[in-house]
Amino acid sequence: MSAAEDALRKRSDRNGWLLSAPALILLLFAASGPLLIVLVYSFLTPGQFGNVVWDFNLDGWRGILFTRDIFEGTLVLADAHLTIFWRSVWLSILTTVITFAVGFPTAWFIATRPPKQRAMWLFLITIPFWTNLLIRTFAINEVIRNEGLLNTLLIWIGVIDTPIQIVYTDAAVLIGMTYVYLPLMVLPLFAAIDRFDMRLLEAGYDLYASRLQVLRRIILPIVKPGIVAGSILVFVPSLGAYVTPRVLGGGKNMMIGNFIELQFTQGRNWPLGAALSMTLLVIVMIALLIYVRAANRGDNPHG
Amino acid sequence: MADRSFEVARLPGFATIAITAFVILYLPIITLVAFSFNAGKSVAVWEGFSLHWYADAWANDDVKSATVRSLIIAVSASAIATTVATMAALGTTRRRQFKGQTFIYVAINQPLMVPEIVTAVALLIFFGIVKTWTGYQGLGYLIAAHAAFCTPFAYLPIRARLEGMDLSLETAAADLYATPWQAFRRVTLPLLAPGIMAGAMLAFVISLDDVVITEFVKSGGQDTLPTYMLGQMRRAISPEVNAISTGLLALTVILLTAFFLLTRKKD
Repeated sequence: MSAAEDALRKRSDRNGWLLSAPALILLLFAASGPLLIVLVYSFLTPGQFGNVVWDFNLDGWRGILFTRDIFEGTLVLADAHLTIFWRSVWLSILTTVITFAVGFPTAWFIATRPPKQRAMWLFLITIPFWTNLLIRTFAINEVIRNEGLLNTLLIWIGVIDTPIQIVYTDAAVLIGMTYVYLPLMVLPLFAAIDRFDMRLLEAGYDLYASRLQVLRRIILPIVKPGIVAGSILVFVPSLGAYVTPRVLGGGKNMMIGNFIELQFTQGRNWPLGAALSMTLLVIVMIALLIYVRAANRGDNPHG
Repeated sequence: MADRSFEVARLPGFATIAITAFVILYLPIITLVAFSFNAGKSVAVWEGFSLHWYADAWANDDVKSATVRSLIIAVSASAIATTVATMAALGTTRRRQFKGQTFIYVAINQPLMVPEIVTAVALLIFFGIVKTWTGYQGLGYLIAAHAAFCTPFAYLPIRARLEGMDLSLETAAADLYATPWQAFRRVTLPLLAPGIMAGAMLAFVISLDDVVITEFVKSGGQDTLPTYMLGQMRRAISPEVNAISTGLLALTVILLTAFFLLTRKKD
């Protein structure tokens, strides 16, 4: 390599950094950087009226799982916290499973439409994907509320006399999350199925495979990267959900997101809120790592 | 193909589930829109057509100021996000792979990976500190926060457009003695324009729809339309919220349709 070429390349690299710098600075100050401050805050002591006192200790982290017994001062497992974690994880897994069960046939249906129709169906799934989550939560709320469409209809038909209590239960949060996150499952599944070579199915049937065998042994293994992508796209926001449990779960059926908010409002325990945020972040990062590894394996069939 | 008795791609029951899924996806939204035109106060019993909830919403000063604030934030944030995203996209495509390129890519897409509630808490703390230091309480914090999380949404379509672009036209411009700036202004930028427009629209929609980060970052009296609606949902629900939702929904659909037309691949 000549010296001139070398200098040219160095300049090109430097331009790459310079052009990216404004975006990086913006994100450093208004997105990534503040995460480090949260980490620091998780080791501080709660102030009397919220905020923190600069006194380092591990109480915030301990508070995730334990609470101090008022009478004896000993550490005991915080049942209320465990219930919230358990609810968050359980509801997120259920949401992922249900959106997959509904989303896979939907994605398959879209991908097997004639090309002209396909764009229309795809557009129909994209609109809810980009529509305000709050509006969609509100829309499903109006259907399942006590005075909502579903109960009004059932009473009018005469199936029930009194409205079924759906809102402010775990079931409502599950229905709501399934409803708002379904498009997030369908789109990556569609992308995977769209690349799928339908001739493989003919080969399968020619070799006397049943429909179930074709689905289990050919389709599902090949579209696996799409399944993993869709599951992560649903699981991660479900775990951090804030709006849907707040609107549909009421005050009692909190998830981690609402529990974090509580620490910064009435709870006045910022270090605990910070430690909870960091825990959520770590869980999400682990989920993303699993995704990246699975996606890479999908690219290389011999891997 | 059409008269084949055995369709290989058909799986029993899938079409039924899919159609049901579409119905369930749209039914609540259609109901919400329909009852925004209800004459009565109910959001479940139809009492005749009326536009008075729209009139009520429009006459409500809180709604008006929240709308204006939402638009100011969305316009400023998407302008900033699109500018920095365009520069970053130019910096990270169509050149030799350089050290740190992956880092830049991950850093720009970072807001997509961190749960919103975590970013919201982080900004609540950080901007809280800045507010006490500087005494500034204005919309700047919301604009900065929105610009940051909109950046990846602007970056991805612009980058995709750049990667699909032909380098030879710019080489031709350079051969014809165009300065790098002239080549950029007269060749690259016009070719890139649809990507920039698409990125700006996505950023605008994302900013307009944000609830969680806005809810945590806003100072008193800085409600945007979504946070105003979230506050209303705690109280008795009236079709006024349906009217506001329908308005936002209509704006989203219009922008998305434009986005699709801009990014559509020409066959």
